[in-house]
Amino acid sequence: MKKTGAEIVFESLKLEGVDTVFGLPGGAVLTLYHAMGKYAEEIRHILVRHEQGAVHAADGYARSSGKVGVCIVTSGPGGTNTVTGLATAYMDSVPLVVFTGQVPTMLIGNDAFQEADITGITRPCTKHNYLVKDVQDLPMIIKQAFHLARTGRPGPVLIDLPKDVIAATTDFSYPSKLKMRSYNPTYHGHPGQIKRAAKLIASAKKPLIYAGGGVILSNASKELTALAQKFSIPVTTTLMGLGSFPATHPLFLGMLGMHGTFHANMGVTHCDVLIAIGARFDDRVTGRIESFSPHSKKIHIDIDPTSISKNVPVDIPIVGDARNILKTLLKYLEEEEHDWGRKHADWHNQIASWKNNTVPQDASCGPCIKPQYVIEKINELTRGDAIISTEVGQNQMWTAQAFKFIHPRTLLTSGGLGTMGYGFPAAIGAQVAFPDKTVIDIAGNGSIQMNIQELATAVQYNLPVKVAILNNHCLGMVRQWQQLFYEQKYIQSVFDVVPDFVKLAEAYGALGLRASKPEEVEAVIRQALSTPKPVLMEFLIDQNECVYPMVPAGAALTEMLLV
Amino acid sequence: MRHVISILVENEPGVLSRVSALFSGRGFNIESLNVAETLDPTISRMTLITAGNEQIIEQIIKQLNKLVNVIKVMDLTGSDFVDREMILVRVRAEATSRAEVLRILEIFRGRVVDVSPKSFTLELTGDEKKIQAVVELLTPFGILEIVRTGKVAIMRAKKNSFHGGKVQEPKAES
Repeated sequence: MKKTGAEIVFESLKLEGVDTVFGLPGGAVLTLYHAMGKYAEEIRHILVRHEQGAVHAADGYARSSGKVGVCIVTSGPGGTNTVTGLATAYMDSVPLVVFTGQVPTMLIGNDAFQEADITGITRPCTKHNYLVKDVQDLPMIIKQAFHLARTGRPGPVLIDLPKDVIAATTDFSYPSKLKMRSYNPTYHGHPGQIKRAAKLIASAKKPLIYAGGGVILSNASKELTALAQKFSIPVTTTLMGLGSFPATHPLFLGMLGMHGTFHANMGVTHCDVLIAIGARFDDRVTGRIESFSPHSKKIHIDIDPTSISKNVPVDIPIVGDARNILKTLLKYLEEEEHDWGRKHADWHNQIASWKNNTVPQDASCGPCIKPQYVIEKINELTRGDAIISTEVGQNQMWTAQAFKFIHPRTLLTSGGLGTMGYGFPAAIGAQVAFPDKTVIDIAGNGSIQMNIQELATAVQYNLPVKVAILNNHCLGMVRQWQQLFYEQKYIQSVFDVVPDFVKLAEAYGALGLRASKPEEVEAVIRQALSTPKPVLMEFLIDQNECVYPMVPAGAALTEMLLV
Repeated sequence: MRHVISILVENEPGVLSRVSALFSGRGFNIESLNVAETLDPTISRMTLITAGNEQIIEQIIKQLNKLVNVIKVMDLTGSDFVDREMILVRVRAEATSRAEVLRILEIFRGRVVDVSPKSFTLELTGDEKKIQAVVELLTPFGILEIVRTGKVAIMRAKKNSFHGGKVQEPKAES
């Protein structure tokens, strides 16, 4: 069956089970968009307003649904505008396939109009990328791209499509099998290592689970919960791990690290066995590395061997899929006979005393609205049944601290790269994946302006995404660091001009709401939740409000600023 | 400590840049790098000299393995291997010194590959110590230019075949 390269792209997407793509057309991909017309029934294209929005939306779609997110953008600036989105997805291991247009093969290297060496540019921020030089290679490349994106440690893959390649025709057959001699991720952990881990856990007096995003990626929440519950082991998670373990569970200590809870950070410092699952000992988690969990033997379960012993030496490394490994680990642990609850009772008491001795975050409002209060109200009024995305900065940390994430894939946040402007398009992508769910982006006034143009996308497709802007008229986290560590000199962090978000929402055809006093908060959230279209909510908060607790950069986890 | 790392990669465009970008992007150091096709034309071998403590070398090997185009990574350091480097040296050689230069060359089993009235261009091959020694001996005559290949290395074959010598280069799976 003769097909053009453009048709092959869509035929292959269909066979990969893709029914939604995010994109923005341009000169080099017009052939692709022309062919798209024929597939409009099977593949829905969401037209964004900026290519960065396309990648973040595909990312939000992928994180919330577990499917591969797909984008189509044009050559040159179309491709370079995806770079931040690719780097974001790469850091957080999100499966994406991004198609970029490219100038015709004959012109590559000639500095042609809208030419960029996008495979060169994106090499360090993709799991892999391809420049297709022959239409005959296209089906195999697409097959490999999806395989790479979703297997092993997932990640973004980019396919660069020169204009002549997508116009050329060839016999199309999609490869049914795939073999890559140089790519064989390990899924099953070494049984001997898992047995050693079980023995170590059984010998522990003060064990602690430190769970990361890998638990969510491998759908291992059930196994994680079983491990914690059956063997009475407290759990702390990273930012990326929130939702992998129910935040309402009595064994949950909250997030650890720079803005983690006091008892989570004390717990990780004093535990005798640390069980790291799908986490990578990031600097925001460990604080000063020499002081990180100094008394513990460490078990590290991760599918990516490079994550193991990269920052912190590990005693029992286990490479493989977290779910598979946890299943085996549970089996081995069940052979150990202990009264686990009693065995760890002292440890739980110790943690409880740390917890009880901390000043609880004060969410009650004075004359100003407290951001924590807004988030708690959102949590309460949605009954926690919502997909929450965040931007980056104080809004992200307040959300991580105050919202009780119960289910995996309900928090979409740029943990690794820390991309401001991520949350809103990601929320759009999640809403596309789950049209009937409540999807809320918790934003700051700085971040929301970085991809505000996607309001048009949300309105066009009637995606009822809600945005809660915590407006402190500044770049809050920058200001916080300046307050604490830069002599309270607020250089270039305070905005003299902030748009009227209510009018801005209206200009785009969305609903804009504002709360400037605490007593208005609940009504605004209620109205937003009952409005079946995109809503921007603006909450005017106190500029002086900081995120606490805080471990200053380079300090040990025990050296926390509490208020 | 210096390590000799031998890497089998898919013989495809962009692979060298993936490897070198990994080193620069992660702050690892490349002392020398040599790439050429193997017997199997779909596979190339890179011989890379790098330095670092145990943890860094472990990361380098893991990160190399993580690259999708990398088939196999072997750290030859610590095992039994042979390494060689070739240099081309242009050395000043005028009437009074020509004979002495040739004598040194003969001792080190080198060859003259180009001659001019005032210089010889010499080809020399050897391990690091030999190359270093010859360069030191030629320096007093006046070295005008040196071009080095960087090291290539190969594992020694097992001498006792009864003990199941391992095949060093994996055959490409079809």
